[in-house]
Amino acid sequence: MILSNGAVAQQDGNPKPAQHTVLFAKAADLFDFVKDWARTNSLWPLGFGLACCAIEMMATAAARYDLDRFGAGLFRPSPRQSDVMIVAGTVTKKMADPIRLLYQQMAEPRYVIAMGACAMSGGPYWDSYNVVKGVDKILPVDIYVAGCPARPENLINGILELQRKIRGEIG
Amino acid sequence: MNQELEQTIRQQFPDAVLAATDCKGTLLITIKADQLLPVCRFVRDSLEFDFPDCVTGIDTGKELEVVYTLWSTVRDNDLSIKVVLPYDAPEVDSVTEVWKGANWHEREVYDLLGVRFRNHPDLRRILLPESFQGHPLRKEYQETD
Repeated sequence: MILSNGAVAQQDGNPKPAQHTVLFAKAADLFDFVKDWARTNSLWPLGFGLACCAIEMMATAAARYDLDRFGAGLFRPSPRQSDVMIVAGTVTKKMADPIRLLYQQMAEPRYVIAMGACAMSGGPYWDSYNVVKGVDKILPVDIYVAGCPARPENLINGILELQRKIRGEIG
Repeated sequence: MNQELEQTIRQQFPDAVLAATDCKGTLLITIKADQLLPVCRFVRDSLEFDFPDCVTGIDTGKELEVVYTLWSTVRDNDLSIKVVLPYDAPEVDSVTEVWKGANWHEREVYDLLGVRFRNHPDLRRILLPESFQGHPLRKEYQETD
């Protein structure tokens, strides 16, 4: 029998003291938890798009899909104020250098989401002379979001996966 | 109207015109490459072709062709001028001094096919990065990565 305060009643009717779960062994663990929690729920994506996936990204940020529910809805116009780069679209070889520069200007810790088939692998343009075959050729990518273009639900799923990754739940 | 156009150009440049065909209602004249600038000046000044619609490069496998598609905003008619260039040294006069708008078109043809335009004010690549090797719309082009 479980009492209302969580304690378990013993056979003789006297309540047994409730067991306390040890959440944090060290103060540093608590600090890490708070830090990850804050980072997870306050992602600042960099506002830039390269192709049709960017339209889906804008739809994700707008009222119907409302990316702000997950704390990642405010797109910053400067890489110095953002920590997530959503590579939404085809990366051409001419665009590769500016993208690398933007990534280097972002403050650490920084994360990269490859959105859509083009950013993942070159997509339908995999045999073009001017397309980088996946943005992971030039940047370290954390999360891949499939689709052509990726639907808003899928991008939201990618954001949630990134949040799990920041919390250390997935590698 | 196209026949009159062809006759006017033939009369003015009897040696320059190599061929003239009707291409879906548009007159397509092939001229000698070294006569390009005088012909272009003539069609702009006398025949009022004031707008260079497009400059296209074509790799036929044997030689390179550059086609200038022109439009007259005054008379509302079209004209295409074609020059044929040798594959190993494709070089032709730039028409930017006749139509300033041809500048970026010629840069694109240079970028993708490697045709060199003499006296072009700024002959750089326009679509591909400067570090790009080769000219990708050539038939012989092999991708390196």
